[in-house]
Amino acid sequence: MKRVCIDAKGMHYTPLNRAIRSAVSSDAREIVIDHVMGQRFIADGLKGDVTLIIHGVPGGDLGMFMSGPTCIVYGNCDHAPGNTMDSGRIIINGSAGDAVAHSMRGGKVFVRDNIGYRGGIHMKQYRDKRPVLVIGGIFRAFLGEYMAGGLILALGDSSQNPIRERGIGSGIHGGKIVIRGDVDEYYLGVGARKTPVPDNEKDEITPLIKEFAGYFGINPHTLLDDTYVQITPSSSRPFANKYTWE
Amino acid sequence: MTIGSVPAKFRISVDHDQCMLCGRCVENCPYDVFRIENNRIHVNSRKCVACHRCIAMCPRDAINIKERPVDYRSHPVWTTEIREAIYNQARTGKIILAGMGNAKPYPVIFDSLVLDACQVTNPSIDPLREPMELRTYLGKKPSRLEIMERKGDVEVLTTLTPNLQIETPIMIGHMSYGAISLNAQQSLAMAVTSTGTYMGTGEGGLHQSLYPYQDHMIVQVASGRFGVDINYLERGAAIEIKIGQGAKPGIGGHLPGEKVCEDVSCTRMIPAGSDAISPAPHHDIYSIEDLKQLVRSLKEATEWEKPVFVKIAAVHNVAAIAAGIARSAADAVVVDGFRGGTGAAPRVFRDHVGIPIEAAIASVDAKLRSQGIRNEVSLVASGGIRESADVAKVIALGADAVYIGTAALVAMGCRVCGTCYRGLCPWGIATQRPDLVARLDPEVASQNVANLIHAWTLELSELMGAAGINSIESLRGNRDRLRGYLLDESIMKVLDVKPIGA
Repeated sequence: MKRVCIDAKGMHYTPLNRAIRSAVSSDAREIVIDHVMGQRFIADGLKGDVTLIIHGVPGGDLGMFMSGPTCIVYGNCDHAPGNTMDSGRIIINGSAGDAVAHSMRGGKVFVRDNIGYRGGIHMKQYRDKRPVLVIGGIFRAFLGEYMAGGLILALGDSSQNPIRERGIGSGIHGGKIVIRGDVDEYYLGVGARKTPVPDNEKDEITPLIKEFAGYFGINPHTLLDDTYVQITPSSSRPFANKYTWE
Repeated sequence: MTIGSVPAKFRISVDHDQCMLCGRCVENCPYDVFRIENNRIHVNSRKCVACHRCIAMCPRDAINIKERPVDYRSHPVWTTEIREAIYNQARTGKIILAGMGNAKPYPVIFDSLVLDACQVTNPSIDPLREPMELRTYLGKKPSRLEIMERKGDVEVLTTLTPNLQIETPIMIGHMSYGAISLNAQQSLAMAVTSTGTYMGTGEGGLHQSLYPYQDHMIVQVASGRFGVDINYLERGAAIEIKIGQGAKPGIGGHLPGEKVCEDVSCTRMIPAGSDAISPAPHHDIYSIEDLKQLVRSLKEATEWEKPVFVKIAAVHNVAAIAAGIARSAADAVVVDGFRGGTGAAPRVFRDHVGIPIEAAIASVDAKLRSQGIRNEVSLVASGGIRESADVAKVIALGADAVYIGTAALVAMGCRVCGTCYRGLCPWGIATQRPDLVARLDPEVASQNVANLIHAWTLELSELMGAAGINSIESLRGNRDRLRGYLLDESIMKVLDVKPIGA
């Protein structure tokens, strides 16, 4: 397997992305990028079967429009990793900012720790493309706002952290948000509906929990045994009754 | 029956002496106005929307349509439209949705601006004999060029940013597949390809059958990000970020689930039958700095090979907003005036929010010049460009080029009935119903649209020639070629034009 190392110290994002693309076109399967310090747009629009191992803190829009590659980040991320991502994986050994997985269309984003506001906003699915966002810790307000498809799985332990904030699934009209433990109705957004996940319907989240635990060296048993609730749209046509014709 | 029924909007009459019972009106009307009973055409006028399909198809001119056959008691304040809107909302309690552009009788500034021509002191130019330069380059222009002379040859050292080359300053604006039919989009695509200009895809993705025309298509990225992936971005000749739309500034869009058929679902990349909701803002843009980030993310994704346009609706502070956009690495700012058309918009927005394109372009151009950054962006005017004179006037007010929308649809048969939202367009334009779409033949319709662009281009060069101008660049921002005819002083100050006679 061809491996390429890039030292990103002091490098602007355009030459950095150019170096990544040129490594991909010369058949690199693993690209290690050291000393990343706030460079935006890493792997923006990148295609191919390649793994990027990122040491440091990438700037906004990591993996935007990305189609295929895997990004493993050892550090925190700024806002919107996985923005409008098409396929591939982003695995963050740390936390991420606002609008994680914004408008994501496919692939998976795993965040070990916490995320900011509006996580998974307007995620959408189509045919075989079903985006997944898994969060290990706290999420801030408006998780899954405008959600049109896909799955958000929030694994944070509600007894440990103040992880619930208002506006969950505000305007949701497709897809599903699954949250460990329980969520007070008070925190649900407009158009969101909460139901328990029956034990026999955990099949969907079980492989994702195992995948999450595998990436971050966590014992999955507590997560697998715990109870979950799901937030789904109360209607797939939230705006259907708002209008009359002239 | 508190409110009772309101009068029918149209009355249809059939001249039975002329009628030969061919049944074309029955076949052609998707609104079921006509039927044949006992060897006679019968009509239900209440269903009529005045699309004129029956009139166009009747071989004997036997059909007549009269608008507002019943008078309300006239009143200058409580107009018919106002009263009918109240009846509608009293019944439903809902927001009124309407089609096409602004329907309020605001004065059209274009119609109060007159163009100049040469007499005696400087000669006019005959475009039949002299070359007229209408080619326009959209995108950033460097403020200076570093050059090096080498053995009599000149080498340009400055890195130039990619520009779009258009052979005429008339492009076709963004109308998505979903809002209009695939045949309509294909007709427009063929027309812009043959006339050397560009069209926008709208926020509906790029259908596979349009790939042959992709070099003439500007792909749109709007707040719903429908149909957007790297393949789509790479196919477009340029990318346009839609922030706002003249017909409905400040709000998003909802394509109702019933319009999302299999094919539309495929280009938008959402399940068939689901509502396609474009949020009001882009949720990764909450500031001008964030806009810069989106512009750069698109450039970075496409390796800085494509110009990125940013479209905003013309609103009160349009000049300051455009100046912010000009500093964001965007290559062109599109300003969409409040007369811009749409398939569906809340009536209250369509008629009351935003400002006209004439004032918006003039103030944006003036602001960019005053800040010394006019060369940093091109300026595209859209929303209410109805004829070649409007093109000439808006370029003289500071635009580089225009987008037309409604005019291009009218060239394909649209009668501006404003009923696009019903999805039953009898001209095959604003519909997805296969039998109606089949009425629009792209081979013919594309020629009609190309003819219109060609005719306007000819008129534009005649107007320029008469004014002694042989290059579109000399018309751009050339306000001395305009005079305000009975415009008030404050408007003339905004437009920076003199009154007639001055």
